[in-house]
Amino acid sequence: METVVVGVDNSDSSTRAVEFAVERARHNNWKLVLVHVINWTPYSFTTPSENEHRHRERQREIEAANDQILDPMGRIAETGGVPHEEIVHHGKPSDTILDIAKDKDAIHLIVGRTGDSGLREAIFGSVASRLVQHAGVPVTVVP
Amino acid sequence: MNPVDWFNSFSDWLTGWVFYSVDIGGASLPLIVVWLVIAGLFFTIWLGFMQVRGPKLSIDLVRGKYSSPDDAGEVTHFQALATAVSGTVGLGNIAGVAVAISLGGPGATFWMIIAGLLGMATKMAECMLGVKYRRQHADGSVSGGPMYYLRDGLAERGLGGLGKVLAVFFAIFMIGGAVGGGNMFQSNQATVQIISVTGGDDSFLAGNDWIVGLLFAALVGAVIIGGIKSIAKVTEKIVPFMAVLYITACIIVILWNITSVPAAFGDIFSGAFTGEGVAGGVIGALIVGFQRAAFSNEAGLGSASVAHSAVKTEEPATEGFVAMLEPFIDTVVICTMTALTIVITGVWNDPDAPDLTGVDLTSRSFETVLPWFPGVLALAVVLFAFSTMLSWSYYGMKATGYLFGDSVVAENVFKVIFLIFTVIGSAAALEEVINFSDSAIFLMSIPNIIGLYLLARVIRKEIHGYYDRVQSGEVVQVADRI
Repeated sequence: METVVVGVDNSDSSTRAVEFAVERARHNNWKLVLVHVINWTPYSFTTPSENEHRHRERQREIEAANDQILDPMGRIAETGGVPHEEIVHHGKPSDTILDIAKDKDAIHLIVGRTGDSGLREAIFGSVASRLVQHAGVPVTVVP
Repeated sequence: MNPVDWFNSFSDWLTGWVFYSVDIGGASLPLIVVWLVIAGLFFTIWLGFMQVRGPKLSIDLVRGKYSSPDDAGEVTHFQALATAVSGTVGLGNIAGVAVAISLGGPGATFWMIIAGLLGMATKMAECMLGVKYRRQHADGSVSGGPMYYLRDGLAERGLGGLGKVLAVFFAIFMIGGAVGGGNMFQSNQATVQIISVTGGDDSFLAGNDWIVGLLFAALVGAVIIGGIKSIAKVTEKIVPFMAVLYITACIIVILWNITSVPAAFGDIFSGAFTGEGVAGGVIGALIVGFQRAAFSNEAGLGSASVAHSAVKTEEPATEGFVAMLEPFIDTVVICTMTALTIVITGVWNDPDAPDLTGVDLTSRSFETVLPWFPGVLALAVVLFAFSTMLSWSYYGMKATGYLFGDSVVAENVFKVIFLIFTVIGSAAALEEVINFSDSAIFLMSIPNIIGLYLLARVIRKEIHGYYDRVQSGEVVQVADRI
């Protein structure tokens, strides 16, 4: 069974990407890996008390991502009867998705066109366009 | 007696005690400075000159080359280092260096750099221990620092009683250090700078310096009592940029006077070994250099160990290697930049230089090339001072928490006292503030360094063990992010 990675976040286009992926997965007998990346850099500047509580804060971020993003997206796959896995990870979204795709031997990447962070994308370009530029496997961008 | 007078006489008493000095060749040598230097020398040799062998590993660790991808989202080596550096880089780097040169001549710079290099070993030792003996609380938050390694580390060696006593003394002194060097000295120098850019003696604030102190107290209070974390977050993000701006300005001034650079280095080296024109000669220059370096990079005092202990790692030694970079950045790079700027522009030789306060002298050296820079410097000073105050209020709070079992009442009492001293610091005279700050901060080194010696075997085992495993290839770099 071949694996396809789907990058997900809070946005509507992400929901459409998952629906699209589930549809294709049923026909092609794919396994889906739903990935949500919590935007994070190891090089940020933090306060001592932020550091002290960072471990707990990270736990909360992961729980929130599971509750609010991966669980609803996973249900779409479940309803469609498609085998799937859910991964939440901290990092730079485009790089992390590519690393996970490589790690899972994915044959294809599927993402929504616009993420949930309008301003940052306007300045630095979207995760989707970075994936298209750098991925070693075909990328489908769902509008 | 008003609070400032009371403070001044208390400061005189404490200084006489902490800075008990012996006369060597006409210079008075405070024993506490010898204490720190010997610790630096001892750990340099004991750990096998890690300052020379370790930097590559340190940098690879900071770059995350040894961090497990599973730990993404946790506190990284970079973040722990940056947090500690922003607590360390403060007025010691701007005003302290100027004080060193006006008292000890250009030669003090040389000894400052030596002290910075030796301090790397002490810092490595104390920060490794901070991680090794840190406490993980039920909610996943961590507390670490000398209080914990003195208590638990010495207990492991069968010296539990002594450990407990040293830990309590350390915590008390750290509260003093937080109030003094981490607070009063900062607010004092920032106030001087604000008054100087708003018109000096003609400034509407001249004679009303407590107003500036009150403002500082209000801002710090908003963060530590009001819980307005956004102020702290913004400060943490601006400070690194100010540091870069500051170093850039130093480089501009140095390049502008590039023809004087050889002569300046000549002054620094000859001053270091002849001590010409300095009270106490060579020893005088050496003492001042070492003292200012220790005040600036805090190696041996144990404070940074608190900040470093929050890092996510399974190997305490890794943070030792990372922390070693701190005195390098603080003293060998930033302090030296300030010193070169002051020496090259020759302002330390101005007839009225001895009457200038620390920041004023630094400010004047920038003014010779960048007339508009004092304004920017004032802003940098205020921001550095503010971020140092926030860091030290945290250190003081952790010490209070240790002494009073994390009692909220005790922590709040500490916060209020801290803020009161912010105001007193702005209104007191520089000499008394410097003396008190030095005394309180240097006191921390007594229990801390005793503990370091008693734990020296543990320190060497951890540091060498890790270093050897990296060299033998047993510990490998992490190739992927996943």
